[in-house]
Amino acid sequence: MEFITQPWAWYVAGPIIALIMFLLFYFGERFGVSSNLETFCSIGGAGKLVDYFKIDWKQNSWNLIFVAGAILGGFISSHWLSPSDIGDAVALNPQTVQDLADIGIINAGATYLPDEIFSIDTMLSLKGFFLLLMAGIMVGFGARWAGGCTSGHAIVGLSNLEIPSLISVIGFFIGGLVMTWFILPLIF
Amino acid sequence: MKYIKFFLVGILFGIVMSKAEIISWYRIYEMFKFQSFHMYGIIGSAVILGMLSMYFFRKKMVKTFEGNEIHVAPKKQGLYRNLLGGILFGLGWALAGACPGPMFVLVGKGVVSILVVIFGATLGAFFYGLFKNKIPH
Repeated sequence: MEFITQPWAWYVAGPIIALIMFLLFYFGERFGVSSNLETFCSIGGAGKLVDYFKIDWKQNSWNLIFVAGAILGGFISSHWLSPSDIGDAVALNPQTVQDLADIGIINAGATYLPDEIFSIDTMLSLKGFFLLLMAGIMVGFGARWAGGCTSGHAIVGLSNLEIPSLISVIGFFIGGLVMTWFILPLIF
Repeated sequence: MKYIKFFLVGILFGIVMSKAEIISWYRIYEMFKFQSFHMYGIIGSAVILGMLSMYFFRKKMVKTFEGNEIHVAPKKQGLYRNLLGGILFGLGWALAGACPGPMFVLVGKGVVSILVVIFGATLGAFFYGLFKNKIPH
């Protein structure tokens, strides 16, 4: 069991992600998580306000089921597949830990997520709530504008050698680099 | 019953996202800082193997389980759509440290605050539908 409970290396994870993409095609569908966000809007009745959401969302049911599985997978991992010795610790480059301490995020790597962004106390503060909400809005708006997220563009689109996906992934990196190098240091 | 296979693949997805620490905010931060090979190795190896899958699909060597040919519909063209949408997505990705898939996996991990991010992402998708005709594609 130990090789399962220890953190998985990139050369294990990458091929499994490729397998997931393959299986979804084999099952007649296409890997892409962010389209579920539009399905949520349709289920929530957004079609009454905007024609764009007037779709038969039931044809996307498989993807909602996929997401439900992903939630259960996260639950299974954290409850039964966590290593007993290191728990949730993430082995980071010491330079990363130092860089984060310099911008106000302490104990980097002690758990999966920084308390400075994700703790309940942070969420209940005005600034913390606003940051979480804004991050979500940018991800949701951006993904639908670009027509896909990391799964649809970076994995499926790049695999299929598509120029729109290459442009989108370049965009993902421009945005990510600007946030990481220039905006995050100003936030905390 | 026809949905159970998607549920099982979803579970595998959730486990690999968790166990390879892809759902960790720090892994996304260090990727954008170029301080670790981890995420590049994951995406790179997935894409290389993905290209192989696409080759099998194109050559019709692999069909769906129902025997249909697999056509991968091309993504929509448009410089503004892909570049500007991509940049906005990237800003959010680096702040949340999670793209849409990992957000849901974090729910299973019991991270309450990620629900605010998911709510925001749904709101973002709604705003896109609302302003779709007013922004460049």
